[in-house]
Amino acid sequence: MLGFVLRRLLAALPTLFAVLTLVFVIVRIVPGDPALVILGDQATPEAAAAVRARLGTDQPLWRQYIAFLGAAATGDFGSSMVTNRPILAEVSAVLPHTVDLTAASMVIGIVIGIPAGIWAALHRNRAIDVAARLLSLLGLSFPVFVSGIYLLLLFALHWRWFPVISNADLDDPLDRLHKVLLPAVALGLTMAAYITRVTRGAMLASLSEDYIRTARAKGVPWRRVVWVHGLRNASIPIVTVVGLYVGILIGNSVLTEIVFNRPGLGKVIVGALNQRDYTMLQGLMVIYCFLIVVVNLITDLLYGVIDPRVKQT
Amino acid sequence: MSTAAEVELAPTRPSGLKRALARARGNPTTLAGAIITLLIVAGAVLAPWIAPFDPTEQNIIDRLQSPGGDYLLGTDQFGRDVFSRLLYGARISLVVSLGAIAAAMVTGGTIGMVSGYIGGRFDLITMQVMDVLLSFPSLILGLMVVALLGPELENLVIAIALTAIAPFARIARAPTLVLKERAFIEAGRAMGFSHLRILFAHILPNILSEVLVMGSLWMATAVRVEASLSFIGLGVKPPTATWGGMTRDGFENILDAPWLAVFPGLAILLLVLGLNMIGDGLRDATDPKLRNE
Repeated sequence: MLGFVLRRLLAALPTLFAVLTLVFVIVRIVPGDPALVILGDQATPEAAAAVRARLGTDQPLWRQYIAFLGAAATGDFGSSMVTNRPILAEVSAVLPHTVDLTAASMVIGIVIGIPAGIWAALHRNRAIDVAARLLSLLGLSFPVFVSGIYLLLLFALHWRWFPVISNADLDDPLDRLHKVLLPAVALGLTMAAYITRVTRGAMLASLSEDYIRTARAKGVPWRRVVWVHGLRNASIPIVTVVGLYVGILIGNSVLTEIVFNRPGLGKVIVGALNQRDYTMLQGLMVIYCFLIVVVNLITDLLYGVIDPRVKQT
Repeated sequence: MSTAAEVELAPTRPSGLKRALARARGNPTTLAGAIITLLIVAGAVLAPWIAPFDPTEQNIIDRLQSPGGDYLLGTDQFGRDVFSRLLYGARISLVVSLGAIAAAMVTGGTIGMVSGYIGGRFDLITMQVMDVLLSFPSLILGLMVVALLGPELENLVIAIALTAIAPFARIARAPTLVLKERAFIEAGRAMGFSHLRILFAHILPNILSEVLVMGSLWMATAVRVEASLSFIGLGVKPPTATWGGMTRDGFENILDAPWLAVFPGLAILLLVLGLNMIGDGLRDATDPKLRNE
């Protein structure tokens, strides 16, 4: 198992390296001098030179590149151009809110999506199946900020069950749960729609296999056949989709945080955009990509857990 | 001179897309999706003739009028007619997403096809680059690119196209890998056809339907990403009407005039749903595993 993990980690290194390079290039090809962005057009040449020296943008490109790679390797993602605080500190201050939101929405997506998908597969082409397919198509057509606004209108403004601004007190678990619920439903329903679709497809495929017939023939209870034999073999595509969905989830969480006025990474990134805080954007991009690479790694490891044959390859 | 040999050796099946379209036509979901989408396209094309008001004309006296009355869907905080703005906003959604998907389809498709055809180390490196592109969360990548280049129509097209290139490269590469081993391609090579001719005259027609079906599915995503970027404030600049921008303005006035956010949101939902229904039906029709459902 350890060897498998190490091999996968090594395989992720070139991707990480390429991601860092791409982020570096994207940020450098931007027209405009960051020093002038900070100081404004009226800056004296001396002041501009001082800021360039602080940011390191007076160095030749290759040296900036090496410094950037070196810093990233030691977990230093730089400081915000605007507030001058380390990016990692800014991120970790709001991270619990984003983790609450994404974790809660994942739970909602899985708890609704997997049973709904199995149910639809078991009633293939009947009313339940057709309804599940149409509803999931509707669910994944909802831009998350639209479903967020609709939920907010109904449950926070009309019925007043939930607060309009879901800025939770991190020390109060009940408050956290209450305030994360509505945004997590907005985010989780889209995810449930994806999971329903892929679970249905994967279950249809796995239930038509020979081992399912064998299990039934030898008298395994139907419930066990579906949930153990069927679902286990259907779980590789489901895990793949959940893993791939994390990229969409990250983007959607930005939108959800805006709609529900929650603190979190999304708020940080929008703030950085509005203030043209390029170093912050660069750091956030790197952090996001690290996150995706880590999720891919976890997905790979889960394949090995679900299906031991994967480990040998 | 070579036509006889080509006809003999080329796969004899009719175009995959034609069969898919025929099969999709019998699918009520696809039909409903096509009707929704066509209505919105018609509204966008005919906007100058059917919009009751100028979409950017402000009329402060009639601000925040509720739906009904003189204004079918009410007015916004500047007294602009919401219905007229929705019609014009559809143009931005459709133009940006069509442009982005066309660009991604051509670039990504070509990259995937050429990479698969050449194979070897070149293929390996190209696909590695595509994987890197895939490891950026797409909305964040789009957001970065628009923020850096500036919120112009062309930049939105570029940003959204960039997020979709890698999937198109993958979908074009996979069948190319299989096709290039087939007899009719080898025959073409033996007859001295140029690589370009083999790629574009013999491989392309055989992978086109898969790429086009994927394009129809990605159109829905492109509409959603464009709307999301406008909602964040990175869309085509005001006073041009965009659905995402209208939702955002409406959201800011949600206590006084909830319809301002509800209608543009509904418009986005309907277009994305219509496109998804079409794409879904087309995919079911082309996927041999799902064909007998």
